[in-house]
Amino acid sequence: MSEPTKPSDAPEAYPAVSTPAVAPDPLDAEAIAAAVDRAMSDIAAAADLDQLKSVRLAHTGEKSPMSLANRLIGSLAKDQKAAAGKNIGPARGRINQALAARTTELEAERDARILVEEAVDVTAAPRRRRAGARHPLSILQERVSDIFVGMGWEIAEGPEVESEWFNFDALNFKPDHPAREMQDTFFIEPPEAHLLMRTHTSPVQVRAMLEREVPIYVLCPGKVFRTDELDATHTPVFHQFEGLAIDKGLSMADLRGTLEHFARLMFGDDAGIRLRPNYFPFTEPSAELDIWHPGAKGGPQWIEWGGCGMVHPNVLRAAGIDPEVYSGFAFGMGIERTLMFRNEVSDMRDMIEGDVRFSEHFGMEI
Amino acid sequence: MRIPLSWLREYAQVPAESTAEDVMAELVKVGLEEEAVHRPTDALSGPIVVGQVLSIEKEPQSNGKTINWCQVRVVPEGAEQTLTADGIDPSGVQGIVCGAHNFAEGDKVVVTLPGAVLPGDFRIAARKTYGHVSAGMIASVRELGIGDDHDGILVLSTLGLDPEVGSDAMELLGLYDQAAEINVTPDRSYCFSIRGIAREYAHATGSAFTDPAAAVVVDSADGAGYPVRLEDQAPIYGNDGCDRFVARVVRGVDATRPTPQWMVSRLRLAGIRSISLPVDISNYVMLELGQPTHCYDVAKLTGDIVVRRANPGELIVTLDDRKRKLHPEDLLITDGSGAIGIAGVMGGAATEVSDATTDVLVESAHFDEVSIARARRRHKLPSEASKRFERGVDWHVADVAAQRVVDLLVKLAGGTADASATDVGAAPEPVLIELPAGYASERIGIDFEPEQVEGALTDLGAEVMKYDGGWRVTAPSWRQDLTIKDDLAEEIARLVGYDQIPSRLPVAPPGRGLTRTQQQRRRVLAALADSGLTEVLSYPFVSQDANDTFGAAEGTGPAVKLANPLSAEFSYLRRSILPGLIEVAKRNSSRGFRDLALFEAGLVFLPQERLGTESIPPLGALPDEETLENLYGGLPLQPLTIAAVFLGKDSPAAAGHTPRAWDWADALDTIRLMADVVGVDLVVDQGEHRAFHPGRTARVSLRSGEVLGYAGELHPKLLAAQDLPPRTVALEINADLLFEAAPDVIVARHLSTFPATTQDVALVVDAALPADTVLATLREGAGELLEEVHLFDVYSGQGIGEGKKSLAFGLRFRATDRTLTADEASAARDQAVHLAAERHGAVQR
Repeated sequence: MSEPTKPSDAPEAYPAVSTPAVAPDPLDAEAIAAAVDRAMSDIAAAADLDQLKSVRLAHTGEKSPMSLANRLIGSLAKDQKAAAGKNIGPARGRINQALAARTTELEAERDARILVEEAVDVTAAPRRRRAGARHPLSILQERVSDIFVGMGWEIAEGPEVESEWFNFDALNFKPDHPAREMQDTFFIEPPEAHLLMRTHTSPVQVRAMLEREVPIYVLCPGKVFRTDELDATHTPVFHQFEGLAIDKGLSMADLRGTLEHFARLMFGDDAGIRLRPNYFPFTEPSAELDIWHPGAKGGPQWIEWGGCGMVHPNVLRAAGIDPEVYSGFAFGMGIERTLMFRNEVSDMRDMIEGDVRFSEHFGMEI
Repeated sequence: MRIPLSWLREYAQVPAESTAEDVMAELVKVGLEEEAVHRPTDALSGPIVVGQVLSIEKEPQSNGKTINWCQVRVVPEGAEQTLTADGIDPSGVQGIVCGAHNFAEGDKVVVTLPGAVLPGDFRIAARKTYGHVSAGMIASVRELGIGDDHDGILVLSTLGLDPEVGSDAMELLGLYDQAAEINVTPDRSYCFSIRGIAREYAHATGSAFTDPAAAVVVDSADGAGYPVRLEDQAPIYGNDGCDRFVARVVRGVDATRPTPQWMVSRLRLAGIRSISLPVDISNYVMLELGQPTHCYDVAKLTGDIVVRRANPGELIVTLDDRKRKLHPEDLLITDGSGAIGIAGVMGGAATEVSDATTDVLVESAHFDEVSIARARRRHKLPSEASKRFERGVDWHVADVAAQRVVDLLVKLAGGTADASATDVGAAPEPVLIELPAGYASERIGIDFEPEQVEGALTDLGAEVMKYDGGWRVTAPSWRQDLTIKDDLAEEIARLVGYDQIPSRLPVAPPGRGLTRTQQQRRRVLAALADSGLTEVLSYPFVSQDANDTFGAAEGTGPAVKLANPLSAEFSYLRRSILPGLIEVAKRNSSRGFRDLALFEAGLVFLPQERLGTESIPPLGALPDEETLENLYGGLPLQPLTIAAVFLGKDSPAAAGHTPRAWDWADALDTIRLMADVVGVDLVVDQGEHRAFHPGRTARVSLRSGEVLGYAGELHPKLLAAQDLPPRTVALEINADLLFEAAPDVIVARHLSTFPATTQDVALVVDAALPADTVLATLREGAGELLEEVHLFDVYSGQGIGEGKKSLAFGLRFRATDRTLTADEASAARDQAVHLAAERHGAVQR
């Protein structure tokens, strides 16, 4: 804290004020000048506004020498009045001017002093408002969505409890095929009702194809479920985003172009993608997607990112789209995985457990 | 699938210097995924040599143990010891202390000499122990990392080996070999064999491939072999469970002969333990050709072999000595005694080959994928055989594999093959695919030359016939995954290389941006975060109890339940987000964060009368309208729900700042904030909800009367049970309802610039009367001159009657067209007070 204001070191009352004023002769230019000089020196000597107030009273008040001298002019002979006025008028003007100047000076000093006295320790500021945060997975999901919306795509969503048909059959998973089991599905009671927790966001693609007119360009982000116990790299509930484009004449070149564009917007101009053959029931040809991540921890490298391919004709047929006329591509990535390698999250549990430190560290951006 | 490199080299041109990593890198190019490297020398290094035990002196110890002080010759007699490391005796005879007793003087053993390193970074050196300098170790299989047997040291004669003293034991045991492990996708059963991998390696590198199946010469059968009948009485999807059964008999085998080390080490690298010579041969052939085979003891078979479905109540004891009840859909191998095997999954114990077996019947059959998959699932019996059968095996390799087993039994077990053979069943029609010219180029985006197309398909083993419009392609019998032209397009792209695919960015038609609901959701969630709440995510799995408590204000209908939950306790799908949010709050509390404002937005799952559909439509076809409607209608309602909890204080305490404890009004205010963001008017009244404090809970509704949600203090009992601080507050709303209620267009209000006049009134009313009700009455009574009214004080106590309270309201009046006079404002106020008096018995103070 600043120290309390110290009283001025100057004498409490200026001697000139305490001495009874004697009116100088209005015609005596020297006497007038002497009075002005006294006033000037008193004004200059005033250390603060209070002292200046006394000085003002002493030199411009009713009983000040100049006022008294001015009053004497009335009693002078007519031919002397003009000369006396010429002596006294400018003299009073100089005094008033000096007072005004000194007042401005002292006020500025006072104002400056007050600002110094009011100073606070800004480093001791309290946080009165708590900073909230979105979850980084939500932010990433929205950022990805924005990239595709910017390309003219739309965002499609669907239910989390889904019919087995949308999740598997419509996506060309044959009954009894091992690929169906690899999805580690949560089924809803009773199993005969053919309901499940969607194992991927692909059923939204089927819904989009059923509900929309071709051409279709949609991104489907959302929550998905697999019967994995939570550990550093697995969670039974996680998030994906999948893209689907259905149009005339689409090829794997369009798929690659779209993924490259997206990769660059997410990971910078130096990012690239690599496709490797793979198998998914719902795409043919299918590919594994690696991203060249220029900013990866430990240096630029290829990182497995997701799967993609050309939409299988059986999937198009299930949605009533003629595969001889239209073709399409699809791709899908995990949002948790993307956040893990993009933002160097090393443990899946940090994203899942809801520890406020995790979200709050990111705030509203990732 | 693990691929020992020595094995792969027999059929593919793998450079001598290639490592498992190099091989994997090549295989990755054609779509196999790398999994791991298995290389004994990563953990094991010599000198590890064959030694002969010259003498054993038994020395009883004070601790009751007896140790053996052994002299072991490690260089041939007369030869010079060339090793010079510390602890190596120039005489060629090492003194070694050994605790095991399962060997005798003269036995040949594996000696790890000083300088050797064993798995687990176990470094061998000469060391003083039991009064001797022990310069090395006589090793067990476990110490060498090649087996689990730790009964004693490895005596080489038990493996049928009599190697030269001093020879390299690592070479002898195949420990310089290495294996690449790759992941095989479910469509590529063919790659569960050295045959398939060698072909893929050739595709990847453009080098030559030798088909191991072509190297086997199948004997032409002389006469009918063991009688076998295929009698599937209930094919699944119309496919016979077994459409080929090859049976061969080899007589006079010695099943006790040790399996040769080259086979043991390859099996071991491939992840399969050596069991007995006949079983090892069967496994070896399966790995090589992809065809599982099974060996029966002919002496234990009774009568004809019949392949059929199980009879009701039929039982079998399988190889693992478990008695299993069979399902009528199970496909069985049977003989006169009943079931002797679950086809393609596991053989029976009764007909198993044993040390005493002399005559072996080799089964090499082809089974329907679905039959095997279902039986494997039903009996929870995943095996190397079922893995291959349920993904599909080459029909045409069955007789080849049988012959290979027969050849190896003859060669290694000393048997004689019967000249007769059994081979029943009918070959499937080959798959003919029309590939129009240009189709692959259109789908892949590469302008393929006709030679590239033909070359790639021929390399795969397909037969390719050109016609005017393209090619007629007969898929190879080992590639059941190739059925449509798109499959061929992938194969061509795969062999040409996916890296050749160019890049082209397609232009989508103009989009409509985010939907209104998507925008509303973003704004509301951003507003919550902006106002200081932290978003978290919780699992939707809850207990029945949590659902009953939080599910809804009224009733507790049956919630949606998981058939296979991870935990029996949390087997229901949430009807409310709050239980999960409370768990998150507790977790944060336990980590020292006690001032919290948390929210989550997610789906909840409401009970529904009819769940799901009895059946689902087939794949590859658009279901009719009604079927689709049923699929849509069978889902439970899953509204987007937003919930929040507030614990402790609204901000951290600090110098110059006293934080405020969250209270019920913060919860309500947060709902109001969300409604304001999307422009929805709310109605608030006193609420009742089993999870909330009966007196401190607001029910929030839309103007339409639909209940949006609740806000207030959680019930004190619930807080105590959950070990949460008192006065913890929470809210939950149905966000879908909120967003739907938002107006499409918000009509602007006229802003009057004439001066306002304010008037205050204090009204005494019954204590139980909600302030909001009085406020609404004042608003109604005051008429259109009233611009705004708010409650600024509530008082009860001295001067106010028992059971009464005084409500003080501030009213602001303004006209749109003139300056109001005080009299006009007072008149409007009086009307308001009058109506309140009339309606609620309110008395002005």
